[in-house]
Amino acid sequence: MSTRIFVPCDTTALSLGANEIAELIQLEAQERKLDVEIIRNGTRGMLWLEPLVEVETEAGRIGYASISPADITSLFDAGLVDGEQTHKTCIGHVESYPYLKKQDRLTFARAGVTDPISIEHYTSLDGFNGLKNAIKADPQHIVDEVKTSGLRGRGGAAFPTGIKWQTVLDTPSEQKYIVCNADEGDSGTFADRLVMECDPFMLIEGMTIAGLAVHATQGYIYLRSEYPVAHKLLNEAIGRAYAAGYLGDNVMGSGKRFDLEVRLGAEAYICGEETSLLDSLEGKRGLVRAKPPLPAIVGLFGKPTVVNNVLSFAAIPFIMSKGGQAYADYGMGRSRGTLPLQLAGNVKQGGLVELGFGISLRELMEDFGGGTLTGKPLKAVQVGGPLGAYMPESQWDTLIDYESFAAVGAVLGHGGVVMFDETVDMGAQARFSMEFCKIESCGKCTPCRIGSTRGVEVIDRIRSGENADMNWDLLEDLCETMIDGSLCAMGGMTPYPVQSVMKFFPEELSAKR
Amino acid sequence: MSLAKDWTQASIQTIIDGLKHKPGAMLPILHAIQDEIGYIPETAVAQIAESLLQTRAEVHGVISFYHHFRTTPPGKHLIQICRAEACQAMGCRSLEQHAKESLGIDYHQTTANREFSLEAVYCLGNCATAPSIRIDDDIHGRVSLDRFDALVSRHRQNMKEVS
Ligand SMILES: Cc1cc2nc3c(=O)[nH]c(=O)nc-3n(C[C@H](O)[C@H](O)[C@H](O)COP(=O)(O)O)c2cc1C
Ligand code: SF4
Ligand code: FES
Repeated sequence: MSTRIFVPCDTTALSLGANEIAELIQLEAQERKLDVEIIRNGTRGMLWLEPLVEVETEAGRIGYASISPADITSLFDAGLVDGEQTHKTCIGHVESYPYLKKQDRLTFARAGVTDPISIEHYTSLDGFNGLKNAIKADPQHIVDEVKTSGLRGRGGAAFPTGIKWQTVLDTPSEQKYIVCNADEGDSGTFADRLVMECDPFMLIEGMTIAGLAVHATQGYIYLRSEYPVAHKLLNEAIGRAYAAGYLGDNVMGSGKRFDLEVRLGAEAYICGEETSLLDSLEGKRGLVRAKPPLPAIVGLFGKPTVVNNVLSFAAIPFIMSKGGQAYADYGMGRSRGTLPLQLAGNVKQGGLVELGFGISLRELMEDFGGGTLTGKPLKAVQVGGPLGAYMPESQWDTLIDYESFAAVGAVLGHGGVVMFDETVDMGAQARFSMEFCKIESCGKCTPCRIGSTRGVEVIDRIRSGENADMNWDLLEDLCETMIDGSLCAMGGMTPYPVQSVMKFFPEELSAKR
Repeated sequence: MSLAKDWTQASIQTIIDGLKHKPGAMLPILHAIQDEIGYIPETAVAQIAESLLQTRAEVHGVISFYHHFRTTPPGKHLIQICRAEACQAMGCRSLEQHAKESLGIDYHQTTANREFSLEAVYCLGNCATAPSIRIDDDIHGRVSLDRFDALVSRHRQNMKEVS
């Protein structure tokens, strides 16, 4: 029997040369007349170890990390195909590796284990069991199960998913829609991408269950165009799901219909905001709509629409398979379940860390992240994307849950953690926050559109020492105006990172270094 | 993908006709045209407007709203440098400086020999192995200045082989 060798196919592994590694392993095995089968799995999420090659043995899967083309010959010499553990790249039994072992992998249980587009792999590890249960249940029961889970939207606003679904279920309409927000625009985040690239059937299953729960027959995944690999894998998975009867007019033989299509965004951060996203899906400029009405009542093409983040839908199959309570058993306070956190930027061990809520930010950055990649002291960390505050060391003991973060004026958002070492120029970071808003504002309201342009100018004046005190006051006013007068969080939260720099790193803003 | 290809009004119309029945067909049509010929030519705007029963101003409005769509032909390869925070933390500011200097162009420009176009991008989802760039449909991580040069020359090489 051939030995199974796994070489990941997610964006990060590919960005570090995984395709070439897969080819070289194949060639080398042929030359040595060894019988190997190469499987392109997803990533385990230990991204700093990519390309992480795994070999299946009787004792489980053995890993070889950060493989470069120059390693191939010596790897084979050192008994790669037998899972020998002497080579310098060997990290041993992958699932015992502490970074992975210490996690609560519910949503990411299959990531890196399976071939992402193999239905057989998916169903062999609990795949489609949630959908099976949902087909037997009545819609209200599905919604109740989601309420029991305590799941709150993972896209940023943390709104209870069950309540949103209830609104859509209760709003009568011939046509309703399920829309997946896969715009994942926040820097430092990639958990949505990992779901779509490593376990796309889980997203398909979650959206289909949502369709059954609220009587919607059409779903759209609004995917950012910056994710070409996810695009390819999702389309492949959707095609296979149709062919196998998990999508279409007779979902798993239930007689119920659910259709699903991927739509590409076009590089606009604001299209991650749900109403802007809906306008974009309708074929327009992505302008933010005033709320109310809520998308749950007047959504896509004016119809009741569930809009949820990828991770929110991805949590659903577990909830419907194991029960809402099993999910709620993880977490703390009003933050139930697990949160996929993402360690990024200047970090030694960057990757995906799925945990129940309640670990401290410091533990996350040190125990999992291992500190900075450069080895220099950590200075600031931005959590929750470009609209999130820069947190100084005094806040690193904050526990990771929605309420604890809110209490210190920070946000968890989509769970991205971007680390900066001491060489960062915080004044430049504050300037970038305004610049980003200027580039990405939808332009609908003045405080955001004009305010961000003025913000860049005022920060430039402060940094060049021009009327610094007066301009500092001006910047404070400007921030308040944007917070109070903007229609959505783009203009309304851009001041947060700026204000955090003014508060915690004032000397770096005031004098240009 | 960023290779500007030959096109005719008829070939554009074929693309439009294949997609215009979709609800919210505008973005799928724009994507399909740009994927096929590298940009959205002015003639296509009138054709889209007519096919979707919208004004040309409306179509222009959509095209200009999204950073992705371009109205001029790109070079043979499109290089996008990630300018977002996680990449900033790993030195993308010097990377972008280096890219501009070594290619001799700024963002939104194309080299005189039409080999490369340069654009900014805000996150490629490759933030754990920053800094990142995208060349055509391939994303590259841990892009040091040396690695950038190597990637660029590899793409030059490919071109020579093709021609
Ligand atoms: C400027 C802005 C950008 C946003 N970007 C995203 C995004 O990329 N992905 C996402 O899921 N939600 C994003 N959101 C939040 C969405 O508006 C919305 O709350 C979310 O899609 C709802 O899904 P959830 O309840 O499952 O989180 C953004 C919000 C704002 C104001
Ligand atoms: S705050 Fe900015 S992005 Fe939001 S609606 Fe106003 S202009 Fe548009
Ligand atoms: S910030 Fe550059 S890839 Fe995410």
